[in-house]
Amino acid sequence: MRERKAFRWHIPIFLAPAVIVYTAIMIVPLFATLELALWRVVDGATEFVGFDNFRILFTDPRWSESFWNALGNNAWFFLVHMVVQNPIGVALAALLSSPKLRGAAFYRTAIFIPTILSFVIVGFVWKLILSPIWGIAPSMLDAVGLKALFGPWLGKEETALTTIALVSVWQFVGIPMMLIYAALLTIPEEVLEAAEIDGITGWSQFWKIKLPLILPSIGIISILTFVGNFNAFDLIYVTQGALAGPNFATDILGTFLYRTFFGFQLQLGDPHMGATIATAMFGIILAGVCLYLFGIQTRLRRYQF
Amino acid sequence: MSQARSSLPRTIAAHAALLTYTAIALFPVFVIVINAFKSRRAIFTEPLALPDAESFDLVGFQTVLKQGDFLLYFQNSLVVTVVSLFCVLLFGAMAAFALSEYRFRGNMMMGLYLALGIMIPIRLGTVAILQMMVASGLVNTLTALILVYTAQGLPLAVFILSEFMRGISDDLKNAGRIDGLSEYRIFFTLVLPLVRPAMATVAVFSMIPIWNDLWFPLILAPAEETKTVTLGAQVFIGQFVTNWNAVLAALSLAILPVLVLYLLFSRQLIRGITSGAVK
Repeated sequence: MRERKAFRWHIPIFLAPAVIVYTAIMIVPLFATLELALWRVVDGATEFVGFDNFRILFTDPRWSESFWNALGNNAWFFLVHMVVQNPIGVALAALLSSPKLRGAAFYRTAIFIPTILSFVIVGFVWKLILSPIWGIAPSMLDAVGLKALFGPWLGKEETALTTIALVSVWQFVGIPMMLIYAALLTIPEEVLEAAEIDGITGWSQFWKIKLPLILPSIGIISILTFVGNFNAFDLIYVTQGALAGPNFATDILGTFLYRTFFGFQLQLGDPHMGATIATAMFGIILAGVCLYLFGIQTRLRRYQF
Repeated sequence: MSQARSSLPRTIAAHAALLTYTAIALFPVFVIVINAFKSRRAIFTEPLALPDAESFDLVGFQTVLKQGDFLLYFQNSLVVTVVSLFCVLLFGAMAAFALSEYRFRGNMMMGLYLALGIMIPIRLGTVAILQMMVASGLVNTLTALILVYTAQGLPLAVFILSEFMRGISDDLKNAGRIDGLSEYRIFFTLVLPLVRPAMATVAVFSMIPIWNDLWFPLILAPAEETKTVTLGAQVFIGQFVTNWNAVLAALSLAILPVLVLYLLFSRQLIRGITSGAVK
């Protein structure tokens, strides 16, 4: 059968452009970066050192302190997203999908707007609003008699990271909202009507009927957030600079990679250590994605209507 | 029946909650835009007041336009975004067609291989990408950015478009084959027009990260002639940190194009998401 058919040239021709660009610009550099992590420049010559760079990154105090700090900050950054962004996103989507709500399209469009803004704009405007000098935030808090609560949140070590994480939540809450909204719309009317006949309405309907049905979407959002957070860089770079101040309190893996790779102030850039950090990030992201794909996704029940 | 689900107090509560969040979402944008049109004094004394006859001032925009390079930055961003999108859509649709239409050995593997990039961010390869661009002399060219963004956008495009193309009826394509159309003609004249809604969804999804990206312009094309708007605005903020009129005006201008595109496409975006393009 196959022998008689001429080779179908159109298949490789259709595939070629995408596969070539994707392989050359994404896959090859990714593996080249992983490979770079195994080398080091010693006395001007590049030398193969195996996994020694990783030993340095994880245990040598010159590097490990920054690395574990960045990793810990990154974990907190992710946690804030999970705890704040997803519930708000789900709540907004649940409100939007309530039947006969007027102006749903307007709300949807408006709430998604921060997501389309660039980090430069988001970072700068929040710096302005939270600035103790210009002070929109202090004067607004003053107006409701809560001025005592205000502090230079972005400038204090204890609060800077959480503040930035919340700004990032503000920016990206539109994504979970949209995806959950779409998932809620696909729940068939009969299911909800059956629930109502059984006397399950309002909140309990949401918890008992809708939430289990949208769990797969929440899973997807969680993993997307995980991947996005563990290679985040821009927002911290634009608000706190490459040094991720104050005193590295907002340093996450992305900014740590940038500083290591390009150098800053007196330290020279080091592509091999940069590649080592990138590889560590790759490992973390891969572990998260695998955990999701094999551990969580397969266990979530999917309902087919 | 539906009364149970939409009583009056509940509707009011829903609107109140949504309006509150909409205000939180739009407030910062509002602050930038109103202050861009005010004089320096007014920005400081009354940051939340709307510009009136007394405080209205365009000095910020004048500074930005005199600075001159912003038009160039816009042009760069536009070229990079449009060309990358074109490549993502064309190459992505071609690959998606091959994967969804033909059965051949390795089809599954190829699909998985291309889908890998949805989860693994391209940034992790930055070190080697930079070395490659240096070696090929592409540093500080828009081509470098276009290549990177094309590669970045392809996995999701292939994934979404092949899902869509599986839904196109075979009868149509077979009718074309009987009429003697080549596979290429079938793809370009029959299939492409049918997946236009999906293409629009992919376009919106790919466009926003490309337009807003700071990482690759900063690393691959930081030269004056190749700066994108995002990088240009970032550098501009650094230089004019005390000239808030100019910074706010620059930011307003940077918001504008992507906002217009978003409002134009937002219907399409919703339709794409809800019709199951992203699941």
